[in-house]
Amino acid sequence: MNRLAPLLLIALLLGGWEIACRVMQVPVYFLPPPSAVAGALAEHWPALVAASWRTLSVALISLLLASLIAQALAILTAVSPFLDRAIRPLASVVQVTPVVAIAPLVLIWAGLDHPERALVTLAVLVAFFPIFSGATAGLRSADPDLERLFALYGAGRWQRVVRLRLPSAVPFLLEGHKVGAGLALIGAVVAEFGAGSGGVRGLAWQILDAGNKLQTDRMIAALVVLGMMGVALHAVLEAIERAGLKWWRGR
Amino acid sequence: MTNVAALKNVEVDYDRGLALGPFSLEIGDGEIVALVGPSGCGKSTALRLLAGLEQPTRGTVTRAAGRGETSVVFQAPTLAPWLSAQANVALPLELAGTARPEARRRADEALARVGLSGAEAARPAQLSGGMAMRVSLARALVTSPKLLLLDEPFAALDEITRRSLADDVLTLWAATKPAIVFVTHNVEEAVYMASRVVVISRGPGQIAGDFPVDGPLPRPAHFRTAASFRTTAEAVSTALAAGVAA
Repeated sequence: MNRLAPLLLIALLLGGWEIACRVMQVPVYFLPPPSAVAGALAEHWPALVAASWRTLSVALISLLLASLIAQALAILTAVSPFLDRAIRPLASVVQVTPVVAIAPLVLIWAGLDHPERALVTLAVLVAFFPIFSGATAGLRSADPDLERLFALYGAGRWQRVVRLRLPSAVPFLLEGHKVGAGLALIGAVVAEFGAGSGGVRGLAWQILDAGNKLQTDRMIAALVVLGMMGVALHAVLEAIERAGLKWWRGR
Repeated sequence: MTNVAALKNVEVDYDRGLALGPFSLEIGDGEIVALVGPSGCGKSTALRLLAGLEQPTRGTVTRAAGRGETSVVFQAPTLAPWLSAQANVALPLELAGTARPEARRRADEALARVGLSGAEAARPAQLSGGMAMRVSLARALVTSPKLLLLDEPFAALDEITRRSLADDVLTLWAATKPAIVFVTHNVEEAVYMASRVVVISRGPGQIAGDFPVDGPLPRPAHFRTAASFRTTAEAVSTALAAGVAA
């Protein structure tokens, strides 16, 4: 019963929305009823799926790149206190700068011929920080007594990183990637908005394009697809995190 | 008797003041020395000096046991959760450059010696507290150390597990006779396991008594009820009480 609670609420809200639109005779271009949105969803389904795939692939490529860059930099900070001091402030700058503010610049540099590169760059910038901060925290999370044992056994700097600190960081890395993936998707959508009609024709472009044509039902349909994609991505990453932690802990 | 390790007039300063010393202690070959003292008396610091994990502010530490010949067991099992029991035990050998198959073979032998044959593939999370401690002990023994340092190794275990582990340590000791230094709060455990009990007084830690313990090692049955055991335990307790009061 508790599992049905959110579905029940959604059904209730949709019902109320439908009735209100019909009773108050709201113009369709202003607020279409759910039935019209469902119609638009069915009508534009192939285009929406193709657009979702474009947005999702930008997000996934960005997640992969952000993951590689963030982990490589985090390992450098773990190996050298000097590099730690050098890298951390810059990483924070990347974190606090809003992606919409950087978007026009990145679009000029990368975007004229290859708009998808600009989108990936922007999404990487957004997804980078949670993975980096998870990795740096994780690399410092090793049991101090295990660190002492490694010292006693004469382990070298790299042996400590590879055989102690990186494995110790796994739970932090899983969490960082989960947050980073969600942000990569948001970053990809925001970057598409920034790129406008010149960009990759992903979901955000669908929303913009439908808005320009006053196809409000199609706008909402694209929004619904975007929400479903976000939920699905989150569920997949939760499952990966659970499985990863189970493997790491051995039970 | 030659010394495996010695602390000579060592002092250790921490930010909050003097933690240990002046303090001198010689550990002979094959000796089992218990360090007993109240919390914060610096007995764990003394152990870390003997391990070479910490340097004294003043004084000298001499260690005949070289790198790879000293092992430490901490209060917690301190196992890597992502590694199997076998891989945890093989770790010191692999870090020292032993080839993996050889390291794993010797790890299996060490696990067998602590009575954990069949648990090679188990992860630490699947083991009981006592079993995890045995894995930790196997990891310390796998390098055939000359000096074995135990920092309150059984403090977190129940009484029955404690006692059976104490007997196991003595049986393992009899096989290769490494020198053992162990830290404990428990006077009975100290007298039972050690050939010599050193009492340390509080702040800054200094030696308040040094008691040889008579009797064969490993201990015979009913050793805890023998008159000599009671007398030594009483003497240690008295010195400990005086050290706490000081």
